[in-house]
Amino acid sequence: MTAETADAISTRASQGPSLQVLRLAEAITIPALAVVASAVLFSLFLLVIGKDPLTFFSLVWTGGFGSSFSIQNSLQRAAPLILTGLAFAIPARIGLTMIGGEGALVLGGFTSAAIAIPLVGGGAPVPLTLLIMAVTGVVTGGLWVGFTGWLKYARGVNETIASLLLSYIAIATMNFFVEGALRDPASANKPSTMPIGDAYRIGSIPGTDIHWGFATGILLAVVLWVLMSRTTFGFAARMTGGNIRAAKAQGLPVGWLMVTCCTIAGACAGLAGFFEVAAIHGQANASLVAGYGFTGILVAFLARQNPLAVVPVAILFGALAAAGGVIQRRMGMPDATMLVLQGMLFVVLLVSDTFYGRLKFFQVKATGDRT
Amino acid sequence: MDSAVLTVLIAMLGGAIRVSTPFMFVALGETLTEKSGRINLGLEGNLVLGAMVAYAISYLNGSPWLGVLAAGGSGLFLGALHGYICKLPKVNDIAVGIAMMSFGTGLAFFFGKPFIQPQAPHLDSIPLGDWTGNSALAQALQVNPLFFVGIALAVFMWWAFRNTRWGLIVRMTGDSAASAKAMGVSVELIRFLATSAGGFLAGIGGAFLSLYYPGIWNQGLSSGQGLMAVALVIFARWDPIRAIFAALFFGAAGAIGPSLQAVGVTQGYYFFNAAPYILTLIIMIISAGSKAAARDVPGELSITK
Amino acid sequence: MTFSLSRRSLLRAGAAGLAASALPLGLARAQTNVILGIVYVGPKDDFGWNQAHAVSVEALKAVSGITVVEEENVPETDAVAKSMESMINLDGANLILATSFGYYNPFVVDLAKKYPDVTFRHAAPLWNKDSDPANAGSYFPYLNQAHYVDGVAAGLSSPTGKIGFVAAKPIPSVLSNINSVLLGARSVNPNATVQVIFTGEWSLPVREAEATNALVDAGCDVITCHVDSPKVVIETAEARGVKTCGHNASQATLAPKGFITGAEYKWETIYKQYADEVAAGQTPPNFLVGGYNNDMLRNTAYGAGATPEAIKAADAAIEALKGGAPIYKGTLKDNQGNVVVDKDYDNYDPYLDGMNWLLEGVQGSIT
Repeated sequence: MTAETADAISTRASQGPSLQVLRLAEAITIPALAVVASAVLFSLFLLVIGKDPLTFFSLVWTGGFGSSFSIQNSLQRAAPLILTGLAFAIPARIGLTMIGGEGALVLGGFTSAAIAIPLVGGGAPVPLTLLIMAVTGVVTGGLWVGFTGWLKYARGVNETIASLLLSYIAIATMNFFVEGALRDPASANKPSTMPIGDAYRIGSIPGTDIHWGFATGILLAVVLWVLMSRTTFGFAARMTGGNIRAAKAQGLPVGWLMVTCCTIAGACAGLAGFFEVAAIHGQANASLVAGYGFTGILVAFLARQNPLAVVPVAILFGALAAAGGVIQRRMGMPDATMLVLQGMLFVVLLVSDTFYGRLKFFQVKATGDRT
Repeated sequence: MDSAVLTVLIAMLGGAIRVSTPFMFVALGETLTEKSGRINLGLEGNLVLGAMVAYAISYLNGSPWLGVLAAGGSGLFLGALHGYICKLPKVNDIAVGIAMMSFGTGLAFFFGKPFIQPQAPHLDSIPLGDWTGNSALAQALQVNPLFFVGIALAVFMWWAFRNTRWGLIVRMTGDSAASAKAMGVSVELIRFLATSAGGFLAGIGGAFLSLYYPGIWNQGLSSGQGLMAVALVIFARWDPIRAIFAALFFGAAGAIGPSLQAVGVTQGYYFFNAAPYILTLIIMIISAGSKAAARDVPGELSITK
Repeated sequence: MTFSLSRRSLLRAGAAGLAASALPLGLARAQTNVILGIVYVGPKDDFGWNQAHAVSVEALKAVSGITVVEEENVPETDAVAKSMESMINLDGANLILATSFGYYNPFVVDLAKKYPDVTFRHAAPLWNKDSDPANAGSYFPYLNQAHYVDGVAAGLSSPTGKIGFVAAKPIPSVLSNINSVLLGARSVNPNATVQVIFTGEWSLPVREAEATNALVDAGCDVITCHVDSPKVVIETAEARGVKTCGHNASQATLAPKGFITGAEYKWETIYKQYADEVAAGQTPPNFLVGGYNNDMLRNTAYGAGATPEAIKAADAAIEALKGGAPIYKGTLKDNQGNVVVDKDYDNYDPYLDGMNWLLEGVQGSIT
C-alpha cells in the first residue's frame, strides 16, 4: 500500500461513514446486485425459450411474498432449512465439510416418533411427551453426526464421505423399522410408525400457519451465532478451522472441538426431524426423506456459514419453493424451471463473493476479511 | 446352497461390470480435478446433464456415439464454467460445485422432458461370455466398450501422473501452488483445464447411464451416483487405479441386494440394498487409521484443510 | 362388514354418476366454472403413474368452463398442503385432486376441514365417512384386476410358468398386484410361480434393471412390475429375450418381441365424471372405486408375446371381471403356510385393502 492511498483511506475513514457501516453496506449491496444480475441472466433464458420475464418475476413475487398466505407459505418451507443450514454451517466453521444432515434429520425424526409410541399409548402428558421426543431426536442426531466427527479425529476417516454414507445408512435403518417392527398395521399403503395423534401434535405459532420449528430455528441461529462469534469456544473452533496445525500447537483440544461441533450440527438436524414428526407428519415414514438436509448445505454456503445469515437465506429458499408452484400453475412451465433459476442465482451469488473488498466505494482498508 | 452362492457371485460380477462404469468416469474426472488442487462437488450435475444430452442426441441423430461425444461436451461446458468461476479470488470451489449441481440437473430436467418417452438407439456391447454356455454368465460378461475405455484411461492417468511433464505439473499444482508458481506454471490455467477435463469425463459417465445401463432417460436416473462417485475419490485416495477398484467394488456391492432376494434370502433387504454404503464405510474405518490416507491427499485441497 | 356394504352402495352411486356423464360434455356444464387443481408426486411425464393422471386431466383442458392448474414433483410433506392451499388461495381452485397415497393423512384431511367449500378427492380408497370431512373423498381403480388378467395371459404365454415381479415396496396395493398375477397365472397353469424382488424405492432405475436381470438369471421368462416408471424393467427384459407385462400405462412399443399385455388405469372415466358433476353444481360421490365392472381399467392391446390361447383366456377373464367374478377365492394360504383367504371375497372387500401377505406360490418376503 502506498503512503498516498493510506492517507486517502485514513482521511475517508475519519470523515466518512464508519467501518462497520461500510462493511454492512457492502454485505447488503453485493448480494443485492448479484440477485439483480441473475434475474437479468434468467430473463435472457426465458426470452430464448419464449416466455415473458415480467410475468415470471411478478408471479415469483406473488407466490413467495405477495400476500399474507404467500409469506407464511415461504416461512413454513424455510423452517427445516434453517436447522439443516445450521447443521452444515457449524462444522464448516471448524473446517469440516459435513454433509450428513439428511441422515441425522431422518434418524432424529424416526427415533422421536418411536419413543412417542409407548408415551402416547400410556397417556403421558402432552408437554412431557413432546419434550422427551425433542430430546430423543436431538440426542440421536447429535450422536449420529458426532460419530462422524469422532471418526474424523480418532481414525482420520474423511468426514465428507463418512457423513454421506451414514446418511444412506440412516435412511435404510428408518425404512427397515418403519416397514418392519415398528410399523403401524393401520398404515397400510404408506408404512409409518404409530401416529402420535392430534392431541400430541405441536400447533402453529399463534395467529399464523407456521409451525414452531421456524421460531426455534431463529432462536437457535442466534444462540449459535453468539456461541461461534462471542465465546472462547467459538474462537477456538474458528481458529482450528483456520489452521489446524496452529491450533494444535496452541494446545487447543482439537478433537473435542470437532466432536462438539459435529454433535451440535447433528442436534440441529435431529431437531428438524423432531419438528417434521411433531408438527407435520405426526409419525415417521419415508416422507422424512425430503432432501432438506442436502438443501441445507447450499443454504449454509450462501450464508457463508454465518448462523444469523442462515435465516434469511433459508427464507429465500422457502420463497422460491413456494413460488415454484405458482410458476408451474400459471405459466405451465415444468418444476425444473426453479432448479435452473436457483442454479443461476447461486452461481452468480457465489461469483459475487469475489467483489468483497474490491469495490472502491466500500473501501476503508485495503482488504476486508469477512469471516 | 452352492448354486445360490454361485448365482450371487455371478450377479456381483455382472453388477461390477454393468454398474461401475459411470462411477469410474466421474471418479476419474474428479481425481484429475482434485489432483490439480480443486474440488468439483458438482459432477452429479454433469452426470445428469450428460445423460440427458446423450439420450437426446442419440434419439435425434440416430448415432449413440455422437451422443456420447455430446455428453462429454455438455460436461466440458459445466466443468469449464466451474473452472472459470473458481479462478476468481475468494470464490469457494465446494460451494460453486453444489450450485453447479443444481444448475446442471435443472437444465437436464428442463430440456429433458421430451426425451423421457422416446426410445433412443443404445450403445452396443461386446459379448465376451457366449463361450461359457451359461446365460447368466454370458449376460454378466456383456461388456460395453466404455468400460474398457475407463480402465485404459485409469492406467494411462496413473502412468501419466508419474511419468509425463503434464502429469507432474498437475500434481505439483495440487500439492503446492507456491512451488508451481515458482516453476513458472500458471496454477489457475492448470486447474481450469483439469476441471474442464474432469467435467468432460463425468459427462461421458452420464452417457453410459442413459445409452447403455439402465439405458433410459428420466429424472430419477442418477439418484446421487455422481455425488457418491466424487466421494469415492477420497475412498480411493486420489489414485486412478484404486478409483477403478472402488467403482467395481461399489457396482458389485450394489448387486448383492437384488440377487440375494432372487435366491431366496428375502429378509432385511433394506440393509442388503444399502450394502455398498455400509461396506464402504467399514473399509474406510478399517483402513483410514493408517497414515497412508493422509499422505496421499493433494496439499492444496480445501476439503482437507 | 357393515362398512363394506355401505361402500358397495356408494359404488353403485358412482356407477349411476358414470351413466350421467355419458351425456355430451357440454350439456351438463355452464352453471359453474370448475377450477381443477391437481398435484403429482413426481414429474408428470414419467411414463408411469403420474403421466397416467396427467394424460387424463389433459383431456379436460379442452372443455370450456374448466381450468386446470397442475403442480408436479410435490413431495408428501407440508409442501403438498401448501401447494394445495396455494391453489385455493391464489388460483381459486374449487376441486382438488391429490394423486399420491401419502397426501391424504394428514394433509388432505386437515385442509378439507379448513376449506369446507372446496371439494377434495384423493387417489386411494382411504376416506372414512365416520371420521373424515364430507368435502373430502376417495377414488381408486383396483388395478389388481388388470394384473390378474396379466397373470392369466402370462401363465399361458410363459414356457416355464415362472413369472418375475419387480416391486417397489411391500404395501397392500403392490402385494395385491403380485398375488393377483399369481392367481391369474394359476387359474390357467396350476404350477405357475411368481418370484418377487423389492427395490425399496418407487423410482430407482439402476436397481430396477439389476432386479430384472437377477429375475431373468433365476429362470423367470415373463417379467412384470409395480414401480412408478416401468420403462427400464420392460426394456431390460426385452433385451434379455424374455416376455413382459406392463403397468400404469402402455409399454407395448418398448417390447416389440416379448410384450404380452399390461395393466392400465382409466383415470379419465373418473375425472370426466368429477368435472361434470362439479360444473353442474353437484357434489361428486365421496367414495368412487371400481375396476373392470365400471370401466375404470383396461389391459394394453396384446403384443407379440401373447399366445393365441393366452389372448382367448385373458379376454374371457376380462368378461368375468366385468361381471364381478371374485379373484380371491377361498381357501388360500400365504407362503408361510397360514390360511389368509378362508372364503370368496368380493373384489372390493376392505379385508383385501389391508393385505399383508404373499400367497403360497410367491417367492419373496414382505419384511
